[in-house]
Amino acid sequence: MPGTRTYPTEPSGPFPSPPATFEDREGRLIEVEGVGALSEKRLGDVVEMYVEFDPSDRAQGIPPTGEDRIRSWLESIGEHSVNVLASHGDDVIGHAMLVPDVEDPDAIGANDDVEWELAIFVVQAYQRAGIGTELLEHLLGYANGIDIERVWLTVERWNHPAIALYERVGFETTGSESFEQEMAIRLGES
Amino acid sequence: MNVLVGLGGSDESIKTLEQTIERTQEIGDELTVAVLEKPESERSQAEMYDTAAALLDDADLEAEIVRLEGDPGSSLVDYAEQGEYDQLVIGGGTLSPMGKIQLGPITEFVLLNAPTTVKLVR
Repeated sequence: MPGTRTYPTEPSGPFPSPPATFEDREGRLIEVEGVGALSEKRLGDVVEMYVEFDPSDRAQGIPPTGEDRIRSWLESIGEHSVNVLASHGDDVIGHAMLVPDVEDPDAIGANDDVEWELAIFVVQAYQRAGIGTELLEHLLGYANGIDIERVWLTVERWNHPAIALYERVGFETTGSESFEQEMAIRLGES
Repeated sequence: MNVLVGLGGSDESIKTLEQTIERTQEIGDELTVAVLEKPESERSQAEMYDTAAALLDDADLEAEIVRLEGDPGSSLVDYAEQGEYDQLVIGGGTLSPMGKIQLGPITEFVLLNAPTTVKLVR
């Protein structure tokens, strides 16, 4: 529900901005780039990533399964989303995004007027290698660079590794009265 | 089967009732509609009561409608416990802007406390 969340008073940051290249814990060279909304070409690359994604790691129904459903999910949120991609060679292997929490995305005046929902996925073969942390920090750096201030997410209460990661970068728990724990961060120079 | 459907005042509640009516007519279930007290929702309890009555009327379905006062989750489970219901039906979650399914605190309370089978309508 827009406008009803509480955010930390103190901003978190600064975070690094894409593009960046780093070596993950397995010695693989990973490139991180910020792309704003997904172009047709990039959308195709991201669809390919989710086709490879193991459905046992889905969270609250996303990503959907099957190429057609994945494509229509990304298209429905795509036009106004903010995306950061992690690639290894030609393959997208990680995706972090922000989607504006508004009824009519065409009516957004300024990015800091609205709240943004965050989600992040890394394909299984690349998990536990530090890529999620890099993706998350670069998404927040990219977001701060385009004046996004308030970011929230929900995470399943039992997903302790993810909650720990979100807390490390500055997210605070705002609601946990339900199956999903809600967390929020305020971006800015601290 | 004796079915109790619990409604807040959201669009999700309307959808839940519509689907339940359809199912009830196909199967020939007995239906009771409970309208919950949820002050923060889009429609007031009175509005929701009238909407539910109109939907039942349109469908030409006879069903008792009751208003339950107090905490929505607990009043619904209480009511279900006192009656002879085989199934409790509630809305099954909303979608976040990202498309994530979100279950509210009422849904969680009902799932964890209801003595009957619970059906979530998507």
